[in-house]
Amino acid sequence: MDLDLSPVEPFRAEVRDWLRAHVPAAPLPSLETGEGFAAHRAWERELASARLSVVSWPERYGGRDATPLEWLVFEEEYYAAGAPGRVSQNGINLLAPTLFRYGTPEQLDRVLPPMASGEVIWAQAWSEPGAGSDLAALRSTATRVGGGWLLNGQKTWSSRAAFADRGFGPFRSDPEAGRHRGLIYLMFPLEAEGLTRRPIGRLDGKPAFAELFFDDVFVPDADVIGEPGEGWQVAMGTTGSERGLTLRSPGRFTAAADRLVGLWRERADPADTALRDRVADAWIRARAYRLKGFETISRAEDAGAESSVNKVFWSELDVALHETALDLLGPDGELDGDWLEGYVFSLAGPIYAGTNEIQRNVIAERVLGLPREAKA
Amino acid sequence: MKFVLDAEQRLFGETLNKLLAGAGTAGAVRARAAGDPEPGRALWRSLAGAGVFALAVPEAAGGAGPLPVELVTAFHELGRHAVPGPLAETVAAAGLLARLDAGTGRGSGRGDDAGGLAAAWLPRIAEGTAVVSLALPPAVPYALDADTADLVLVVDGDELRTAAPGAALTSLDPARRLFPVAAGAAEAGTALACGPAVRAAAAAAFDLGALACAAQLTGVGRRLLEVTVEYAMTRRQFGRPIGSFQAVKHRLADVLVALEHTRPLVHGAALAYGSPDFPRDVSAAKAAASDAAHAAAGSALQVHGAIGYTDEYDLSLWIRKARALRSAWGSPAAHRSRVLSCLTGG
Repeated sequence: MDLDLSPVEPFRAEVRDWLRAHVPAAPLPSLETGEGFAAHRAWERELASARLSVVSWPERYGGRDATPLEWLVFEEEYYAAGAPGRVSQNGINLLAPTLFRYGTPEQLDRVLPPMASGEVIWAQAWSEPGAGSDLAALRSTATRVGGGWLLNGQKTWSSRAAFADRGFGPFRSDPEAGRHRGLIYLMFPLEAEGLTRRPIGRLDGKPAFAELFFDDVFVPDADVIGEPGEGWQVAMGTTGSERGLTLRSPGRFTAAADRLVGLWRERADPADTALRDRVADAWIRARAYRLKGFETISRAEDAGAESSVNKVFWSELDVALHETALDLLGPDGELDGDWLEGYVFSLAGPIYAGTNEIQRNVIAERVLGLPREAKA
Repeated sequence: MKFVLDAEQRLFGETLNKLLAGAGTAGAVRARAAGDPEPGRALWRSLAGAGVFALAVPEAAGGAGPLPVELVTAFHELGRHAVPGPLAETVAAAGLLARLDAGTGRGSGRGDDAGGLAAAWLPRIAEGTAVVSLALPPAVPYALDADTADLVLVVDGDELRTAAPGAALTSLDPARRLFPVAAGAAEAGTALACGPAVRAAAAAAFDLGALACAAQLTGVGRRLLEVTVEYAMTRRQFGRPIGSFQAVKHRLADVLVALEHTRPLVHGAALAYGSPDFPRDVSAAKAAASDAAHAAAGSALQVHGAIGYTDEYDLSLWIRKARALRSAWGSPAAHRSRVLSCLTGG
């Protein structure tokens, strides 16, 4: 057993140097605004020009074939440098893994390079008004027509969809089949004829997500991922990466925890031992998540349901860390700024990617082996 | 970078697990509580036979160490099986003596006994014929099991001496008998060494003891979870296993989440042995392990219900140990505070 990171230090140094030279001195406007979205898209293009937007992808799609360890190191440097949030992350972290597993070579060639460059930004469209945690209850339909499918129904809470270019998600292609059968997974343009999007303001008023209304939106066969009827398996193939390391890499939290310690040094009342405890605890938990990440990539086998263990941990760490920062800021804690933006963002963590209640069920049943709940 | 136990380290842990599973550790704890230390001593000898104590003793002094990763692997199993005795104390004492020995040089003729002490005791610790207790006030104010230990050491400021234990204090954990070590040196024992080297060696010993205790706590927590999951699958109420209820599931899921994120901290600290970050990383591990095991104990008790509240049911040995070890070798608050001091250079 070792923690020898020296072989990846040259890569770390390259990333660090590049970021030092290129990260904008002033923070970009919030990516949950039209102006900020455009600025973040331009930043993605700049990252891609240095082949740093998708380091773990194969070279032919714009990556560097980076190892998982190099990817973790990239993320550490990225967040430590205070670089902008990744407006492309839903495509990179949620759609791309699905395509690598289920996509055709034609789809990979067509979809991935513009995703890597920020030219096409993707939104995930899974939830519906009647299908949140119970995703298999979804009712939006895909009806077979010549050369493709017609989409009807409604998706909601679609992150980034207010400003993104394209979306992806499961639809019901066979209403006669069982809940988990008869689904189809597909990609569609958000500017399509028959598609209406309505931005939804999140807790701080910023239009971070949207509702999507489908009225005979046409999708060609080329944009179906996997086989019609196998949409559930395709969707579930993504959830591991969504809950696990890839969506929220440790670097994000170690950087935030280091900043929190800095804030403590600047602002703290040393006599406030309760707050001191919380600052230290946040730093310890960020370190735990970092080391857990090294452990995960050191294991040969797939993490499987253990990604649910990660998801509960990082999402609750994120909330605790930002709440501690706001408490440290005292009366300034309610003022617009990076910590508040991070706080509002963190509050969604225990909800999206499968609520933490669902994750705890998964952990209890699939990791601990406890009996399934009696169905209603 | 390979941050998981290698095959040999895993095998070592599995071997200890098997050895201890068949060794009647709960019986040894009960016997110790009833005044018979012999089953505990027998257990100690078989652990020494498996090489556990040699891990903390340098090769030059008859040991195989220091091997911190193997040490935490062993201590995880010791906690998992509720092995009684001054385990972390003996390991910390080995660290203390080895450090002093290296500092003074054996037979340096400087008039202190540190070198001689190391030569006399380290080989015995490695082979399991010496059980050593150690107090490092104020963080470790009592000498555990001083009545049955072969050597009781205390560091008072920059002075190392043997301690004459007072009357035993009763711990919640029936495996632990705690002894106050009087503060006044003259009447309390024999002075062995003094000076800044003693202070430094004591600081290093504290870190080693806290690391061992953290690993022990992860084992205690793991056992509490294992036993409770098993119970939740077989205990039926309202016509179904209680483990099928979400309220029970979520508690146990939380225990697993915390334990899964404690192991890497313990391993990370073990790998930091000898580096300037060792004190910080040990404190991170000990704070997290204390909380994780404590939470595991709380959930184990609640899920078991009344049966878990009984002295007779062996689960109580782990529930009580989690409580005792939480505050042994530094409280979670003290360790968190030290983490922050290390980070802010304060």
